[in-house]
Amino acid sequence: MTKAGLIKFRNDFLDHDITYSFLHSPATIIAALVTLVMFVMAFGAPLFTSYTPFDPGSLNLMDAFIPPAWEDGGTALHVMGTDGQGRDIFAAILYGTQVSLTVGLLSVLLSIGIGIPLGIIAGYSGGWVDTVIMRIADIQLTIPPILIALMIDGITRTSISRDLHEVVAIPVLVASIGIASWPQYARITRSGTLVERNKDYIAAAKLIRTPVPLILLRHILPNVIGPTLIVATIGVAVAIIIEATLSFLGVGVPPTTPSLGTLIRIGNSFLFSGEWWITFFPALTLVILVLSVNLIGDWLRDTFNPKLR
Amino acid sequence: MPEQVAVQVDSLKVYFDVSPPLVTRLLNKLPRQYLKAVDDLSFSITKGQTFSLVGESGCGKSTVARSVAGLCRIHDGQITINGTDADLPAARQDQRDAAEQVQMIFQSPYASLNPRWRVRDIVAEPIRAFKLARDKADERQQVARLLEQVGLSASDGEKYPHEFSGGQRQRISIARALSSRPKFLICDEPTSALDVSVQAQILNLMTQLQDELGLTYLFISHDLAVIDHMSDWVGVMYLGRICEITPKSELFANPRHPYTRMLLATVPDLQGKSNRPTITGEVPNPITPPTGCYFHPRCPHAEDRCRSERPTLQTHGPTRVACHAVQEKRL
Amino acid sequence: MAVLDISDLSIEFPTRRGILSAVEGLSLSIEAGEILGVVGESGAGKSLTGNAVVGLLEPPGRVSGGTIRLNGEDITHLSENAMRRVRGAQIGVIFQDPLTSLDPLYTIGRQLTQTILTHQKLSAAGARDKAIQLLSEVGIPAPERRFDAYPHEFSGGMRQRVVIALALCCDPCLIIADEPTTALDVSVQAQIIDLLKKLAREKGVATMLVTHDMGVIAETADRVAVIYSGRLVEMGKVRDVIDTPRHPYTRGLMDSIPQIGQNLRTLPNIEGAMPRLNARPEGCAFNPRCTQTLDRCFRHVPPLDTTADEQRQVACWLLTEQENRKETAYA
Ligand SMILES: Nc1ncnc2c1ncn2[C@@H]1O[C@H](COP(=O)(O)OP(=O)(O)OP(=O)(O)O)[C@@H](O)[C@H]1O
Ligand SMILES: Nc1ncnc2c1ncn2[C@@H]1O[C@H](COP(=O)(O)OP(=O)(O)OP(=O)(O)O)[C@@H](O)[C@H]1O
Ligand SMILES: [Mg+2]
Ligand SMILES: [Mg+2]
Repeated sequence: MTKAGLIKFRNDFLDHDITYSFLHSPATIIAALVTLVMFVMAFGAPLFTSYTPFDPGSLNLMDAFIPPAWEDGGTALHVMGTDGQGRDIFAAILYGTQVSLTVGLLSVLLSIGIGIPLGIIAGYSGGWVDTVIMRIADIQLTIPPILIALMIDGITRTSISRDLHEVVAIPVLVASIGIASWPQYARITRSGTLVERNKDYIAAAKLIRTPVPLILLRHILPNVIGPTLIVATIGVAVAIIIEATLSFLGVGVPPTTPSLGTLIRIGNSFLFSGEWWITFFPALTLVILVLSVNLIGDWLRDTFNPKLR
Repeated sequence: MPEQVAVQVDSLKVYFDVSPPLVTRLLNKLPRQYLKAVDDLSFSITKGQTFSLVGESGCGKSTVARSVAGLCRIHDGQITINGTDADLPAARQDQRDAAEQVQMIFQSPYASLNPRWRVRDIVAEPIRAFKLARDKADERQQVARLLEQVGLSASDGEKYPHEFSGGQRQRISIARALSSRPKFLICDEPTSALDVSVQAQILNLMTQLQDELGLTYLFISHDLAVIDHMSDWVGVMYLGRICEITPKSELFANPRHPYTRMLLATVPDLQGKSNRPTITGEVPNPITPPTGCYFHPRCPHAEDRCRSERPTLQTHGPTRVACHAVQEKRL
Repeated sequence: MAVLDISDLSIEFPTRRGILSAVEGLSLSIEAGEILGVVGESGAGKSLTGNAVVGLLEPPGRVSGGTIRLNGEDITHLSENAMRRVRGAQIGVIFQDPLTSLDPLYTIGRQLTQTILTHQKLSAAGARDKAIQLLSEVGIPAPERRFDAYPHEFSGGMRQRVVIALALCCDPCLIIADEPTTALDVSVQAQIIDLLKKLAREKGVATMLVTHDMGVIAETADRVAVIYSGRLVEMGKVRDVIDTPRHPYTRGLMDSIPQIGQNLRTLPNIEGAMPRLNARPEGCAFNPRCTQTLDRCFRHVPPLDTTADEQRQVACWLLTEQENRKETAYA
């Protein structure tokens, strides 16, 4: 790109309504910054901590139950304290957030991967194809995602060995959350498709015998994907919560690769014996993370689709 | 030189299934119901000419256009375009050629362009579909030429549709329609969403292109002045049937069918005729149309025969009319 | 005294890129029993003017200057509640789309009686009688039987007549009709026009008829106001304006309307398009499209000139120039 082109691009970007609305929404700016920081810290965890809390060899039981740095008995080596096995809470949170984010993102990817194609196909074909797909979605929507996840988890637990289960735990979790929430994306996509398919630009494409898959892919998809992706942002927050819930219940990720939910569960048992920090900091992180992602999602929704408000 | 037929439509029938849902139908023992949107309609268009369809809203004009374009399942009848049957599952190449020959300009300039595509991609879509360009550079050149042909500039290709006004979008639509070099264009109310001053620009562009490229038009409008400006032949439609086919000059000088007369009488014109005849009656429901001649409930000349027997198109001079009164010389 | 008197009305939209002035210094008045047609290109500000009168400007739009008087009373900045009362009691509003103006869930009888009861002290039976009388007044056959029908059981034209009946519930002295016939067929259009004329003639209702169809104006209106890019450019008796348009825009507009029997291959048209509100040129807003510009046209907005004729107002420097020349020659 030429320099003039770049400058024009920059000006267009700064002048754009979306940039404007972003810059005039302090909550969204903060939320975006927080999310970004959490992302960077979670996935670049080794850069921010020297501890490897989930390597059993590196742990020292002597370090167990150290309170946060500012409490009596705290040390600057463990800012947020340590848990019963001497793990540094701060490091555990970094690695835990990484797991939470991974599960959240992958499961939403899976559910839009199922939901968007099914929604477009249902909306475009109509008739019995539509009826079948949407009835399946309806049935699925009546079962809470947690139940579906519990069911899938139960099946995998009984059918494979314990060791193997630890290996496949995260994929299973992603699959169960992903499968549980595709119907909402299918519904949004379908209703968009119903509107778009009768527009004349589709007729113009049919006129030159564009094959149906191409019409779906190149004409309908770009016009219906926006609202779906916006809802998907909020979906990430929901998925993180579901994952945390499942892990808290003990059916999510195993303690060897804990997520925020697992950390909260581990800490929970120490809450009444006074070691509040073991559960408090992971919980706080979870709340901040979910809140930030939600705020971004809300802003996206309001900016791009005033009608959804 | 004998006049060549570009488009031939023979006893076209398009029915829409408007039956109530299966369960309701079974419970109440109702039969299937059909809406005869187009009922036994025939016409032909001479190469290089414009054939127009007029009629009230809901009489089936768009349905005819969509069936000729192959966008709509037809119930019965035959549509031949440039000598090839558009519906024939014959050789693929033929089919492609036939498709190349039909393009359409739509009513709404807002819904007929994909908002997510750049104008140059919109215009190039048919070129790509039929592989009409040698390479990218050739394609870019063709698109630029088309945009200039319809009165836009080549640099407009970089923009998105929302950056254009209604009239300019209609020009983009025309450029897209022309890009596969069709000889036959269907125009379904191409200007009814536009202002008069913009309408004049678009109509002029269309006639100019017809002169330059020898295009054949199937033109649809409900504005009789526009019809008068654009057409060579006019078919007047009422409730899915043609009641009069006539050369344009005859239509306005010498309308025969009572419905045609009524239509002409109701046109407001700039002279502000003060005593226009008031029309009685409403457009009947197309699902349960009247018996005999569909127009008889609103026709001042209806007799018993009109109520029971469906009139067929009869030749009267240059005109073909479906009316018992005209046939019996009562009119 | 005029029923509606708008003087120097300005409407603006504050946006983040500065203030868009959509209507600028518009003055017009309507007498009892008079129909004033308001024409102009899409986006010229016709609907905004109508909406400002009935206090239905959508925020952030606001009246930024001038006054609107109804029967001498200033209603420009009434509170929402006060405005609703005025609207209910004195102004009838007819919008373009007959479908959205009626509630599909209630019978038309119920909608009518509800409206009557909120504005008048009548018994239920009295309201019913009045509603039936209104329905027959607007030309709905057998109103007693249609009273309990739902909107979807009516055709478009009949629905629009019900909307007019609703607007008449409170015996308004002013009707604002924003494109009341655009969604309708020519044959139905004629009925609505007749109805509006009858109301003006028999009940002395003042009517502001917003449309872009000159044919409708020619037939219905007594006077016509032409708006271009938010400014009044010409106003006068309908026949005068149509027969001898004086502003170059009005002239171009009149020329570009196709007429039956005109037999032109190319319609005269105005090149270009109306400027966007944020790109209105300095001076006369029509200057980029005008063929006879003077220096002054690019610098100053021409004032409405009424010197020639009290009834005829034109805002064009050319005409002022001509007047001046005449005067100097005279002196
Ligand atoms: N997909 C459909 N299903 C059922 N009925 C339909 C369908 N499409 C059109 N119709 C009906 O067929 C009839 C003809 O419709 P069509 O759109 O061809 O009318 P038209 O003459 O183009 O009217 P307009 O001037 O309003 O565009 C109408 O009664 C319409 O309700
Ligand atoms: N909410 C808004 N924000 C900004 N500009 C607006 C808004 N509403 C209307 N406008 C602008 O005001 C101008 C006048 O609009 P208006 O609806 O009065 O046009 P009109 O003359 O009635 O046109 P039409 O024939 O299309 O109905 C338009 O250019 C429009 O872009
Ligand atoms: Mg149509
Ligand atoms: Mg308007």
